[in-house]
Amino acid sequence: MKPLQERIAKHVQGLPRSGIRDFFELVMGRDDVISLGVGEPDFSAPWHIREAAIFSLEKGQTSYTSNLGLLSLRQSIAGYVEELFKVSYNPASEILVTVGVSEALDLVFRALLNPGDEVIYHEPCYVSYNPSITLAYGVPVTIQTKVDDNFVLRAADVEAAITDKTRVILLNFPTNPTGAVEPVDELEKIAALAIKHDLIVVTDEIYCELLYGGATGMEPGEHTSIASFPGMRERTVLLHGFSKAFAMTGFRLGYACAPSVLTEAMMKIHQYSMLCAPIMSQQAAIEALKNGAPEVERMRRAYAQRRNLMLKRFAEMGLPCFSPGGAFYMFPDIRKYGLTSKEFALRLLEEESVAVVPGSAFGTAGEGSVRACYATAYDKIEIAMDRMANFVSRL
Amino acid sequence: MDSLLDLLQKDARLTTRQIAERLGQSEAEVEEMLAVLKDKGAILGYHAVVDPERAGQRHVSALIEVKLTPERDGGFDKLAQRIARFDQVTSCYLMSGGYDLAVLVEGEDLREVARFVSEKLSTLDGVISTATHFQLKVYKQSGFIAGETHAEERLAVTP
Repeated sequence: MKPLQERIAKHVQGLPRSGIRDFFELVMGRDDVISLGVGEPDFSAPWHIREAAIFSLEKGQTSYTSNLGLLSLRQSIAGYVEELFKVSYNPASEILVTVGVSEALDLVFRALLNPGDEVIYHEPCYVSYNPSITLAYGVPVTIQTKVDDNFVLRAADVEAAITDKTRVILLNFPTNPTGAVEPVDELEKIAALAIKHDLIVVTDEIYCELLYGGATGMEPGEHTSIASFPGMRERTVLLHGFSKAFAMTGFRLGYACAPSVLTEAMMKIHQYSMLCAPIMSQQAAIEALKNGAPEVERMRRAYAQRRNLMLKRFAEMGLPCFSPGGAFYMFPDIRKYGLTSKEFALRLLEEESVAVVPGSAFGTAGEGSVRACYATAYDKIEIAMDRMANFVSRL
Repeated sequence: MDSLLDLLQKDARLTTRQIAERLGQSEAEVEEMLAVLKDKGAILGYHAVVDPERAGQRHVSALIEVKLTPERDGGFDKLAQRIARFDQVTSCYLMSGGYDLAVLVEGEDLREVARFVSEKLSTLDGVISTATHFQLKVYKQSGFIAGETHAEERLAVTP
């Protein structure tokens, strides 16, 4: 018999393990660690949302739903998206409810790419982009954004990366892991490029409610979606979900909004693989959209306060960090210590029991930084900052 | 100002420095805001929220519905303020509906509360009737769920 390892499909064999997973295993089994390594809210989903899920179970709603998702949920999503993104979608044919944005990403690449088609995206980025493209037989083409440029994606760099094989530009603003928000004028230039070169734009805007405006970050910011620019709705797949703003990561619920031809193509894959998103999560999501706004704002303010705390402490300990406009991550620049991001994170874990994620887990452009998540209780952040200050003072 | 109150309403023990760090403002600015709030009477006070059962305290509390005869000058205010000043009264509210005042009373035991009601409250001129409801168990108090301790259930590192 051939070794089982050789039975694994070649394009799966070639996939690297997530750098986050490696680090996770180091942190496991230690109980003295304060973790700034998470990528999810420390809040539980608001009680009224959990209660709606319980009520749905009590009513015996345990069936499949339409492949696209409950129509009532899609109608709620259409209303929410129109208000937030200033783009309208037909709930009957242009919205697909998915198992998180992660599934939607997988669907969109499988639906759009032929083998060898290129997808341009910006690094540092969420860990699944490269594998999702590769698993769909596409070719990932990365643009390295820079800490010295506040991780702005420059349209000129996008243009330089476009070839006759380019099919898709993938965007993620606010960005995981940097918290970067794209300037509107640069976003407009990227939209113009997509139109000029007839490209599809896939935009993952999962953190768009978590913006920090005003001088102190306490005001809600204004979100601009590339889908809202003239000529873009017809070539954009807008991805959003409930995990971050509504603190519903475990409900696994996201959605894709796109012209009906694209939605239909994604739905075909979804119906044969996932079939539909869990009905209790969908019921909870209806409640989230109907009554969740005050809780979202309450959580956003809590994140804003923690963001201020971390920014101030980083400045005091002399750790350069750009002020992130969104999400719940800091991406401090550690280059001056002469350590790789992995060495920095490992030593910080070993010497001070604080977990951060090495920037290299988010692509080569992430090297030179580490990701510290501030969706963690204040008192823990305070202790973590004291320990980090001790650590960097010794470097 | 709202953010400052948000913070303090959740944790009144925060130092000025901690508040300043979270709001992205200077300590002097925070001190000034606190002074304004105190002068306006917007902040009435600070205290710990205690679950007496778990704290092992001898403690009884009761909600008393009180019906009053409003006075010609001042309506319910004069009498309500008089009732509110008793040490045993922890909260006192004017209510809509079937009675006029909701009076929360605390004491060491049933007898102490009963004595307060029969000797002090119901004997006041203007008090028409009282109905005393003793509290049996605390599920939530001042925004805190009783018996809930926070355990971290998230994975330590996630994407």
